[in-house]
Amino acid sequence: MALVWMLLLVLAFASAAIDGRMDGLTQGALEGAENAIRLAISLAGILALWMGLLRVADEAGLTRKLAALLRPVLSRLFPEVPKDHAALDSMALNVSANMLGLGNAATPLGLRAMEQLQTLNPNPRVATDAMVLFLAINTSSVQLVPATVIALRAASGSEAPTDVIGPTLLATTLSTLVGIAAAKLLARIWPKGTPTEER
Amino acid sequence: MEFLAKAVGAISTWAIPLLLAGIPAYAFARRVDVYGAFVEGAKEGLQVALRIAPYLVAILAAVGAFRGAGGMDRLSGWLAPVLSPLGIPPEVLPVALVRPLSGSGSTGLLADLMEAEGPDSLAARIGAVMAGSTETTFYVLAVYFGAVGIRRYRHAVPAALAADLAGFAASVAIVHLLWKP
Repeated sequence: MALVWMLLLVLAFASAAIDGRMDGLTQGALEGAENAIRLAISLAGILALWMGLLRVADEAGLTRKLAALLRPVLSRLFPEVPKDHAALDSMALNVSANMLGLGNAATPLGLRAMEQLQTLNPNPRVATDAMVLFLAINTSSVQLVPATVIALRAASGSEAPTDVIGPTLLATTLSTLVGIAAAKLLARIWPKGTPTEER
Repeated sequence: MEFLAKAVGAISTWAIPLLLAGIPAYAFARRVDVYGAFVEGAKEGLQVALRIAPYLVAILAAVGAFRGAGGMDRLSGWLAPVLSPLGIPPEVLPVALVRPLSGSGSTGLLADLMEAEGPDSLAARIGAVMAGSTETTFYVLAVYFGAVGIRRYRHAVPAALAADLAGFAASVAIVHLLWKP
């Protein structure tokens, strides 16, 4: 990101030099900085509302309930993980926390899942098929309500900030399905790596 | 298609009101201190906003400079012949490219896109749906694999990028389907 940011500024300078638009550059930067804080303030209210609601949901046990629903599905997706293995519980909790948009709660659960998957790994430096599949699901985003995006839309004066919820749900379902399919297909052709000496 | 549009629209309209009434009612029935829990969570929300504010300043100032200097017009001019036939407004590309690398970076770029094109423009809608349906892929892979000492990611990057690409393509297609004038 450091490179992208630096390039933006340098290219802006180059572009302004070619077109003689230095004053445009300065004005753009100042307006951008001002907009950023206005935006952060409007975002703060909406994010506080949403995260407050999520905390209520979490304390009512909704994350656990969702995880219980997901566990059998995950068990089928990960045939190499024993049915009573703790990794399945951690993965189910991680995915449900992500679905609800509880990013802060999701990460430690996901890391625990990775550690538990690592105990099933014959080759501790090389990713297993199960790890890759878990991360494909995780990185394809399974969030049910895109809170930050809605907050941004509301803050910049959209007429219907929430009308992207349905489309987002459809797109994220498709991307998760493609992620699962790609992980499963590539697992068949990708070399597993040679077992390490100490085993 | 007509049915799909209606169903997707209904989800968008009903999701927030249902959650706003349903979650507290459900939690109250299960004897949760709903008000206290809400306030605790809201505190966290404020911290999130505060945390991303400096990133927003960094991105919006840099992109503002780039746009003000005419760089964005130049870039769009170069990219339009390739992207327009695919139905991708060139303005979305910065968000799409940065999305897998940085969450706060892509949030800033999305905010800039909404500011420049209007939040209800085709480009901003595609950007919004895409940002909501993909993740900060490289960051997640680095953190999760790093935590357990995995050095060889094997097919993780191609599988995750395939999902991102599918999310992007789906966003373009769905937004066109629903809002193309």
